[in-house]
Amino acid sequence: MSKQINVALIGNPNTGKTSVFNSLTGLNQKVGNYPGITVEKKEGICKLPRGVKAHIIDLPGTYSLNASSLDENVVIELLLNKNDKDFPDVAVVVSDVENLKRNLLLFTQIKDLEIPTVLVINMSDRMKYKGISLDIPYLESQLQTKIALVSTRKNEGIDNLKTLISNYKELSITPCLNASEIDKEYFDNLRKAFPNQLLYKLWLVITQDVNFGKTDRNEIDAVADFKTKTKADLKRLQQKETIKRYQFINNTLKKGQTIDLSTAKDLRIKLDRILTHKIWGYAIFLVILLTIFQAIYDWSAIPMDFIDSSFASLSEWTKNSLPEGAFTSLLAEGIIPGLGGIVIFIPQIAFLFLFISVLEESGYMSRVVFLMDRGMRRFGLSGKSVVPLISGTACAIPAIMATRNIESWKERLITILVTPFTTCSARLPVYLIIISLVIPEGRFLGLGYQALTLMLLYLIGFGAALISAMILNKVLKIKSKSFFVVEMPNYKLPLIKNVALTVVEKTKSFVFGAGKIILAISIVLWFLASYGPGEEFNNAEEIVTEKFASKHLTEEELQNEIASQKLEYSFIGLTGRAIEPAIRPLGYDWKIGIAIVSSFAAREVFVGTLATIYSVGSDEEETIKNRMAGEVNPILGGPLFNFASGISLLLFYAFAMQCMSTLAIVKRETNSWKWPILQLVLMSVFAYVVAFIAFQILI
Amino acid sequence: MQVTLAHLKRGERAIIVDVSSINIPLKLLEMGCLPGNEVELVQVAPFSDPMYLNINGTHLAIRKETAIHIIIEITNE
Repeated sequence: MSKQINVALIGNPNTGKTSVFNSLTGLNQKVGNYPGITVEKKEGICKLPRGVKAHIIDLPGTYSLNASSLDENVVIELLLNKNDKDFPDVAVVVSDVENLKRNLLLFTQIKDLEIPTVLVINMSDRMKYKGISLDIPYLESQLQTKIALVSTRKNEGIDNLKTLISNYKELSITPCLNASEIDKEYFDNLRKAFPNQLLYKLWLVITQDVNFGKTDRNEIDAVADFKTKTKADLKRLQQKETIKRYQFINNTLKKGQTIDLSTAKDLRIKLDRILTHKIWGYAIFLVILLTIFQAIYDWSAIPMDFIDSSFASLSEWTKNSLPEGAFTSLLAEGIIPGLGGIVIFIPQIAFLFLFISVLEESGYMSRVVFLMDRGMRRFGLSGKSVVPLISGTACAIPAIMATRNIESWKERLITILVTPFTTCSARLPVYLIIISLVIPEGRFLGLGYQALTLMLLYLIGFGAALISAMILNKVLKIKSKSFFVVEMPNYKLPLIKNVALTVVEKTKSFVFGAGKIILAISIVLWFLASYGPGEEFNNAEEIVTEKFASKHLTEEELQNEIASQKLEYSFIGLTGRAIEPAIRPLGYDWKIGIAIVSSFAAREVFVGTLATIYSVGSDEEETIKNRMAGEVNPILGGPLFNFASGISLLLFYAFAMQCMSTLAIVKRETNSWKWPILQLVLMSVFAYVVAFIAFQILI
Repeated sequence: MQVTLAHLKRGERAIIVDVSSINIPLKLLEMGCLPGNEVELVQVAPFSDPMYLNINGTHLAIRKETAIHIIIEITNE
């Protein structure tokens, strides 16, 4: 086996750390999760000179080793635990040439852990443009490190960086700051109590609430002749530490860096004058939002139709070319449509992440957070909740994952809990078919009633999210420090390579993460719809043939009747009948009941289930629609899908929590079953009540 | 004249005099919000909240509720 070294990439957000990672590893990377938590773990392999291989881990971006979020905790936990299998042989700190001063703070902290460290100064192509010049040898001697000037945009400096990494044994491990300088007496006592430990390491353990190796905080507190200070005292010391570090950095940069402001150009000021403007800022944001909606609904319709018809014909082909039997049926009616149900969302999810990653890479997303924060705070949310709420219109799953950068736990939890109210793409097919059934085609002020209803449903979704956020904000008694610090990075042209990798990664994680659940459920559904306990199910062919013997049905009509009889007495059909009394007050019959039960797996199953139930051989929407329009309400008479039951059904789908994948993600992100169960119960009860009231009033 | 950062107007520059470290997240200190550093108000959202600042070359946005814990001395109009 060839020699392999561990390399950790560390850096502030917005320094292009991930671009450096992509340049080093290319496609040789994989994304996983840290055990037990949902922080993304990116790792890859890079070949270094002289046959050395490097295992590179891209740690989450952080401003310092003083962690304030789950993502940042990962960094410090790894760096403090020498026994971790990923513990770096060498740390590569990535900085941005325009923000060197701030970026060096983290660098000095890493150095003080006595880990061999290489400093990458990225975006070197911007130096001339910004009038910056650096005295590299001087900086290297002051910071006691090796520096790689890199431009990932122009693909420069990467080979030099690889050489520096492979020579990691020559790197100095002298710390930048003497920890005793912060508070001599305190640190002298600490040294006496733990003579074998690194002082800065102890200090991090005391201030950070993390465990490392064998020493943890309780153990430090237990030492009799050493007392830890109060929280306020500790924070004062941390502030002092930060000031000391900046003194060191300022002294270093005074000689090592010169900035000629006369040649500097600043695009930022001009762009921000418009993009964060009190009126224009919002107008531009609205235009961008509309473009995203347009893309998600319109542009992705073509690939989606293609996927839909491909899976339908694949299913048909399987049915015809494999020998008849339970396996073929499971494959053709369970697994293939189930897979289709996952794959069909790929275009929308890819488009969504394409836009989000372009907006994030360019630096615009921070401006949106800035513009929206005050408005969102009224509802107990944060400016950072805007991104999840917008993403929620495609799918709640990636949206809930996007809440991770909200620092305040309360604001984050509320965002997670209300996001499923936004109208996700899975509701769309349900809305479309019911609207076309119950809403007349007339026009109002030049806008179609049907289009207006759809728009109204979107507004209801956002409204429900905001109002429930407001209520949760009042009800939840969670104390969490609500602080809000958002860096406003420079505007950058997004790198196509980075955007493409993000889109591919996120889409893959959706397909394999949520996909597994959807697939499993569609198999269960197939089983429940394909088997039944009694005579009526098992002898369906004979019963139906006998029943219609005198009516001279064509073969196809007869087959449809048999399928419909089977479904009625299958396990799922019996379930539908069992819940019928509960849903009758909402205006539904047992068939809609089945569709609702099966759409607890995923909403979009609704239309498919109804198509099967109404025994329509082909799945052309027009045909389903005609069958649905012809259904008669068994008790009240008249059409089953009338205005009252239609509105009731629309409202039920607008509010009910009908998505197992979302519940699974909420469980993962909140690390408890309490919140997803609460979400399921409250949203469903609310949906029921609203649907009930709507039907009873309108009938 | 010493006022809190919440009083800074657009385009004005000031020097940070004191920060009440108990009420300020450490992250903000680490981004350069420390006594002696220069601060400029770049842009404000409606109702002057949040505030888009340039502190010592770092551009960031904070809420007004945080800004009132930072004491500054305005240096130019």
